[in-house]
Amino acid sequence: MADRKVAVQLTGLRKRFGDLEVLKGVSLTAHSGDVIAIIGGSGSGKSTLLRCINFLETPTAGEVRLHGELVAMKPDGEGGFRAADPAQLNRLRARLGMVFQSFNLWPHRTVLENVIEAPVHVLGQNRDAAIANAERLLDRVGLLAKRDVYPEMLSGGQKQRAAIARALAVDPHAMLFDEPTSALDPELVGEVLSVIADLAREGRTMILVTHEMQFARNVASEIIFLRNGLIEEQGKPSDVFDNPKSEALRAFLAPKY
Amino acid sequence: MDFLNITDWSLLALNSPGWGGALLWGAVKTVQIALGGYIIGQIIGVCGAMGKVYGPPWLKELLAIYTTLIRAVPELILILILFYAGTAALNTLAAKIGMGPIDVNGALAGVLVISTVQGAYSTEVIRAAIQSIPSGCHEAAAAYGMSKWTTFKRVTLPLLVPRALPGMSNLWVIATKETALLSVVGFSELALVAKQAAGSTKYYMTFFLAACAIYLTITLISRVFFNQVEARFSRGMVKHK
Ligand SMILES: Nc1ncnc2c1ncn2[C@@H]1O[C@H](COP(=O)(O)OP(=O)(O)OP(=O)(O)O)[C@@H](O)[C@H]1O
Ligand SMILES: [Mg+2]
Repeated sequence: MADRKVAVQLTGLRKRFGDLEVLKGVSLTAHSGDVIAIIGGSGSGKSTLLRCINFLETPTAGEVRLHGELVAMKPDGEGGFRAADPAQLNRLRARLGMVFQSFNLWPHRTVLENVIEAPVHVLGQNRDAAIANAERLLDRVGLLAKRDVYPEMLSGGQKQRAAIARALAVDPHAMLFDEPTSALDPELVGEVLSVIADLAREGRTMILVTHEMQFARNVASEIIFLRNGLIEEQGKPSDVFDNPKSEALRAFLAPKY
Repeated sequence: MDFLNITDWSLLALNSPGWGGALLWGAVKTVQIALGGYIIGQIIGVCGAMGKVYGPPWLKELLAIYTTLIRAVPELILILILFYAGTAALNTLAAKIGMGPIDVNGALAGVLVISTVQGAYSTEVIRAAIQSIPSGCHEAAAAYGMSKWTTFKRVTLPLLVPRALPGMSNLWVIATKETALLSVVGFSELALVAKQAAGSTKYYMTFFLAACAIYLTITLISRVFFNQVEARFSRGMVKHK
């Protein structure tokens, strides 16, 4: 397995907001085909870690490699860093499909237009080819009938499935999910999780932040337990869930009621 | 229909001695000045809003002074300051370089004042519109690798326009009425013509009501126009009736 391509690699990643250091040196590697689930308590830095991968937050220190390429950083003049080369960053970002907790679909574009937006206007694909591909993806997430509808008219589960189709449309090197079902009514969680599980089975590279432990255990190839900005435990789901080593993880996994 | 007899309808005839033609000419002037002031004002507004949202701190401060000051001072006073103080300043300057007195054009002063005032309000309308765009829309654009320009064109602008249009159409209606203030510096727009007609014929109600009818017509026509523009640009927005 050593020759699998590295999709995402973080080395010694740190992030501070003012006086608060949220990430204190996190390293992780996602090879292509890996499904990495990040778990941890509220405020442990899970979202921040995920957002540092595509520089929605700029790391304060450390390195980010996407598809083997180091994202160039330079001092921002205020003691932090920023991406040194916007064109490089945008090129690398374009091949990471991100799925947000609150969907973040573009409200002024139909479902189909949301899906073809990045392929056409960022990757420069031919519009007809992008539409054909988008229809295939919408069919796959069960939304082909809604292709010409605006996001406002969709249920939460449908919005999130549309967002997943949008992520797939860039043929991502890795998909990033930040609590993709947390904003959904309980009865809609299943339809979204089953789409993600399907993608995992198909060998998509994914890094996902989730509070759905059963789901993480079933689909992830690796679990990362984040606590206070550091990786406290890491390993195969069976090891992490069945034999937690740290007291903190045991407490985190224990039934809350 | 007795009250119809309180006037002499021939007073509104288009040709002299009727005042209809003069009133319409005043209305044309009103629309011209309003349009000039409005368009320049909206350009100031777009630039001002960009500066307020994306600009460096010193620019934000400067724009805050501009919008606060202009919106605090009555427009009538602004017009008087700009017209008389402006004329005085120009003439002092002209005398210094050995020229005779300059006649400041009322229309030019009018457009200047209205665009300055409109610019201040429009800056606020457009700034609020930009800031009411859900941040997730820009976050998604960044996550999918859109450049700044593509983001502006494909995300910011189309989301900004429907949010700014109601405020901007309101500003247009205000601009048409602001022109009436120019009568104080003797610029012959609709209100001044109506006043002159009323004064010389003593049929006050007739001419002021005629002027009202013309202002109302301008507003109604504008509303049809803005409604169409709003309908055209509100893609994907839920209509709250
Ligand atoms: N933009 C920001 N500015 C300041 N502080 C921030 C910012 N974003 C996050 N934080 C802080 O960083 C810490 C980690 O936040 P983060 O969102 O990464 O946690 P999380 O593990 O995703 O939590 P949750 O499970 O509640 O989503 C929190 O204390 C949060 O308040
Ligand atoms: Mg979070």
